Amino acid sequence: MTGTVDAAAGPAGSAPDSADATAPPRAAGPTVEQQRRQARRRHVAARIVVYVVAILAALLSAFPFIVEGIITFKRDQDLYAPGNNPFIYNLDPTVEHLDFLFTGTGFLGFVGNTLLVGGAVVAITLVLALPAAYSLARLPLRWGGALGITIFLVYLIPPSLLFVSFSRLVANLELQDSKWALVVLYPTITVPVSVWLLTGFFRSIPRDIEEQAMIDGYSRLAAFGRVAVPLAFPGIVAVVVFAFTLSAHEYLYASAFVSSSSEKTVSIGIPTELVLGDVFHWQELQAAALLVALPIAFVFSLLLGRFVAGFTMGAVKG
Amino acid sequence: MTATSAPARARVTDREGLLARLMLLPAIVYILALVAIPFVVAIAYSFSDVTAGDPSFDWVGLENYRANLDDPVFRRSLWNTFFFTAATMALTVVIANIVALLLTTDFRGKWFVRFLILLPWTTPAALGAIAWLFMLDSLLSPIDWILWQVGLLDEPRHMIWLGSSGWAKASVIGVQVWRLVPLAAVIIMAGQTSIPDDIKDAAAIDGAGFWRRLWEVTLPLTLPVIAIAVLFGAILTFTDMSLVSVLTNGGPVNQTQVLASWAYIRGIDGGNLAQGAAVAVFLLPLLLAATIGILRAVRRWEVG
Repeated sequence: MTGTVDAAAGPAGSAPDSADATAPPRAAGPTVEQQRRQARRRHVAARIVVYVVAILAALLSAFPFIVEGIITFKRDQDLYAPGNNPFIYNLDPTVEHLDFLFTGTGFLGFVGNTLLVGGAVVAITLVLALPAAYSLARLPLRWGGALGITIFLVYLIPPSLLFVSFSRLVANLELQDSKWALVVLYPTITVPVSVWLLTGFFRSIPRDIEEQAMIDGYSRLAAFGRVAVPLAFPGIVAVVVFAFTLSAHEYLYASAFVSSSSEKTVSIGIPTELVLGDVFHWQELQAAALLVALPIAFVFSLLLGRFVAGFTMGAVKG
Repeated sequence: MTATSAPARARVTDREGLLARLMLLPAIVYILALVAIPFVVAIAYSFSDVTAGDPSFDWVGLENYRANLDDPVFRRSLWNTFFFTAATMALTVVIANIVALLLTTDFRGKWFVRFLILLPWTTPAALGAIAWLFMLDSLLSPIDWILWQVGLLDEPRHMIWLGSSGWAKASVIGVQVWRLVPLAAVIIMAGQTSIPDDIKDAAAIDGAGFWRRLWEVTLPLTLPVIAIAVLFGAILTFTDMSLVSVLTNGGPVNQTQVLASWAYIRGIDGGNLAQGAAVAVFLLPLLLAATIGILRAVRRWEVG
């Protein structure tokens, strides 16, 4: 926005010296000084609007998380007293609930399970998706284009339908009530998306680089492994983050196939294990949700540009 | 291609046609075994009497579908699924466009604002629902407290947001919008940044103000991307069960039940896999329509 206003003000600003002598029509309208002032006023107004919208958007998005952060340290007598201001500490804050979350609940176990499932899902996803994406992007395949679209469409088959068959599959694999069932199932979601994303990244690498490597004696496979894969690193980072966060996000399969608390991931463990019957451990519950939310959002913020690029590349054929 | 036509090269690692198939094979086998076959099996289940306790397959034709259509809870779930999706997307598309415009502008503290705006999307849906469970709690709701402070509630009394049919539905839609705006905004942002600068500059030099540039340049050029964002959001709303499951558990009295949550209750909680499958099959027609929409929008975006 700054650029456009400057561009409009620039030529007008340089006008006065010459305009006086030779070109009266310009002075007939509002003077240059007035125009300039008007432009500045508009500019200031636009900036104010931008900041108001920014603050509003940030507040509306973060409101529940801000409240979570506050009540994490609230004493029970403070939290449950009717009419108490929920946004301030009416009694001294305490870390007893945070302490209890780490020592008295399964929270760390849920985090551990999530890291383990996430790591395994990332590994499986990369092993399956990298070669498949390279093949679709570079190698001669008669049905390559149609196949690429079909793999993407697989992502759209609803888990609400698939879990019906999976309940039998999980039983046959004897993985009932095990986090390893999730390791087997989550790639059904991550592989199609990752193939789609990585195909875009591979297409965006200039062909010449691999061809030069092959002239230098690399086989096609080596050109893939030692040239194309390192160059697709930004895409791989996007896939790793996506596959990993899916393991933290996924709820349906986790609640259908994992029931003992020692096997649960954060997404299902926190809502089910920190509520005992009708008793909500509000402070622990909110602290746990916040502790999971913040690191994921931080990583996403760092990589946002990369995701936007990946989305654009995945969609636009090279 | 020229590089590989050297005659002596016939190793497997260089035979491109074979290599292409070998590299695709693991992904294809996995997808066939864990998506394609289970998909067909699930649809077959919907015509059977398979339950968790009795896995033998007996054909019952359309019996499960008939039972579903006679079930008022199923009909409400079906209606809610469409209604929640439509309402969520209508609100999301407007807000996401504003947020996308904001995020393509430069301002101080943008990194932090962007971090906060992304939070609802990057947080697992079930945990976002946990945050809102407190915000909308029947006794402790901070929203009620604010309403009381500004005089919209006469005394410290309670809205009981999740206890009445209308407010519970509004809550589900509101939280869904809150969760999906960041995703839609990021997708739309990708579209806005791909508009060539010279088009924007040309419009600005021609004296087009903010609103004219928005209506005549930005929106028309990003329309296909907006369509993609809406369709993705619609698919996510349409198939999501975690929000309803954690926030209202379908209540009060099944008033906010959706197809995904009802399929789960029937199939897993109730153990009636066949009936659960028959519920979820109703998701397919709209997903198919959304998919065709996405493919068309992507094509238009590539051409444009």
